[in-house]
Amino acid sequence: MVTHILTRTARVDALAAAIRAHFAESDFELIDAFDELTLDVPAERLLDVARTLRDHDDFRFEQLIDLCGVDYAAYGRSEWETDEASATGFGRGVDRDLRIEADDPRRFGVVVHLLSLAHNHRLRLRVHVGAAAPIVDSLIPVWDSANWFEREAFDLYGILFRGHPDLRRILTDYGFVGHPFRKDFPLSGQVEMRYDPELKRVVYEPVSIEPRVLVPRVIREDSRYVGPGEEARHA
Amino acid sequence: MPEIRNYTLNFGPQHPSAHGVLRLVLEMDGEVIERADPHIGLLHRGTEKLAEYKPYNQSIGYMDRLDYVSMMCNEHGYVRAIEKLLGVEAPERAQYIRTLFDEITRILNHLMWLAAHAIDIGAMSVFLYCFREREDLLDCYEAVSGARMHATYYRPGGVHRDLPDTMPRYEGKSKWHSAREIAQRNSARDGSLLDFIQDFADRFPGHVDEYETLLTDNRIWKQRTVGIGVVSPERALQLGFTGPMLRGSGIEWDLRKKQPYAAYHQVDFDIPVGVNGDCYDRYLVRMEEMRQSNRIIRQCVDWLRANPGPVAIDDHKVVPPKRAEVKENMEALIHHFKLFTEGYCPPPGEVYAAVEAPKGEFGCYIVSDGANKPYRLKVRAPGFPHLAALDEMSRGHMLADVVAIIGTLDIVFGEIDR
Repeated sequence: MVTHILTRTARVDALAAAIRAHFAESDFELIDAFDELTLDVPAERLLDVARTLRDHDDFRFEQLIDLCGVDYAAYGRSEWETDEASATGFGRGVDRDLRIEADDPRRFGVVVHLLSLAHNHRLRLRVHVGAAAPIVDSLIPVWDSANWFEREAFDLYGILFRGHPDLRRILTDYGFVGHPFRKDFPLSGQVEMRYDPELKRVVYEPVSIEPRVLVPRVIREDSRYVGPGEEARHA
Repeated sequence: MPEIRNYTLNFGPQHPSAHGVLRLVLEMDGEVIERADPHIGLLHRGTEKLAEYKPYNQSIGYMDRLDYVSMMCNEHGYVRAIEKLLGVEAPERAQYIRTLFDEITRILNHLMWLAAHAIDIGAMSVFLYCFREREDLLDCYEAVSGARMHATYYRPGGVHRDLPDTMPRYEGKSKWHSAREIAQRNSARDGSLLDFIQDFADRFPGHVDEYETLLTDNRIWKQRTVGIGVVSPERALQLGFTGPMLRGSGIEWDLRKKQPYAAYHQVDFDIPVGVNGDCYDRYLVRMEEMRQSNRIIRQCVDWLRANPGPVAIDDHKVVPPKRAEVKENMEALIHHFKLFTEGYCPPPGEVYAAVEAPKGEFGCYIVSDGANKPYRLKVRAPGFPHLAALDEMSRGHMLADVVAIIGTLDIVFGEIDR
């Protein structure tokens, strides 16, 4: 996943060294890209790593800035392949068929952004959880601000947080069904709502709008982007 | 003896002090709050999901609509994340323009906060004064972008266009205003936008003095805010507070100083810090922040007058070429076409970029898989953890204090519900 390592500040280097030294015996992946550090930890180690990061003098991450879910189910897939060139034109058309493995062990990610005011550095902590049982320990015992962020991740992705005192939906409607930010949840939703004058109440019906794609999702690896890419420099 | 019971009170979502669509379920013991349970999401539009279905640049407009009283700061957070991903940096003049407009936005936001906070607690006239100054600042937005609120002015690689040389003027004839009134309104609009901002910056400290005369030593104001919603520095950190909420509790932390971006390392300003962590201290912090913002604005105006230059990078993979170029140059035309039909594909990876928005740390976390659309966008809204702390802050306070605490949190549902 790491493609480019930019010029790094000494602060990032120092933190990376501290993390490597501290978690040397555990085989965590430390990704160093874009001047930022991402520490991938297994779900069962999350709480104790979090405690260390908060309390140890080398880290002192007093604040949990953000916690969010990510659904990696469609990562790296584009909707627009131009491989079937023929006399009638390109085999173009948006491919909406998203094949999602039911038991992908790394489907979801819980991504935590930490901030240390004492050392003025940031760290991203990431845990992968499987699609079959997306459960991870709640971080509320370490940082209280995790509370609503975890409720949000549960609401939008269906990730469960073990030990959360009040894991209710937070952003979606009362009685909402499904987890809307999952990649297999359509952008237009499942139901639409209107007031029925005969029944004199609000009724839910399946959506009547068709999904459409104005700009297809494409992945270009032809050095179109500028900046740090080696290809861009040689082009 | 009458039987006294706890009861549950529903507050909002249709309540003028709910600052939009907050629904609060309050468990009361008499008039004392036992537990406050905010129900949010009534303004949830799925901005982050929508962004996953659009090329990067098309989501800039959504950022304006998150925290709709500090529009350009949201854009700044998003645009900075994209720039980090692409590895580009805006030219210096664009950085100063962003700094200038971030601070204009900060004043806009704090004026809105002050107006709403004051009217919630019963000070009617402050509301009207604040809107008088907001009008001038919204005119700056309009002059530079064409829109009073949802500007979409910041773009990856710079800003949309340079500051205009003329200010729009009020029309000569009006049913409601006399010729003298209109001449007076147009008096500051003879020169460029920078002249207009300069004129505003000269007037503004006097206006802050006016608000302070009305509030700072006001007995009612102090009775309603001193000692209300006290948050200790330790709790503020635990609860994820940022911005004035954190500084009000006495922690000197401001991303503009600690992790400078745009041109903040080149301007001179101070960070005000509170002592007691109550509503009154947070009020004082925000008032001083407005004065400091005014200071930054003056410095930016001086710099921008002296240093003309490009306001966007000259890389047509990211920034569209000029209209005239498109007419004459085939390559420019292709670039223009590809940018608007497909956009650009940043390298795969994940970035988080934060700015010190008026309400606190506004951050954008973008996961890219190399496509022309973000794979995942997470908007870290400062108001979200602030509102989450409402329960803790309001416990043991009276019902009327909840209104003061909601006011001091400076919440806007556009960003909380996203």
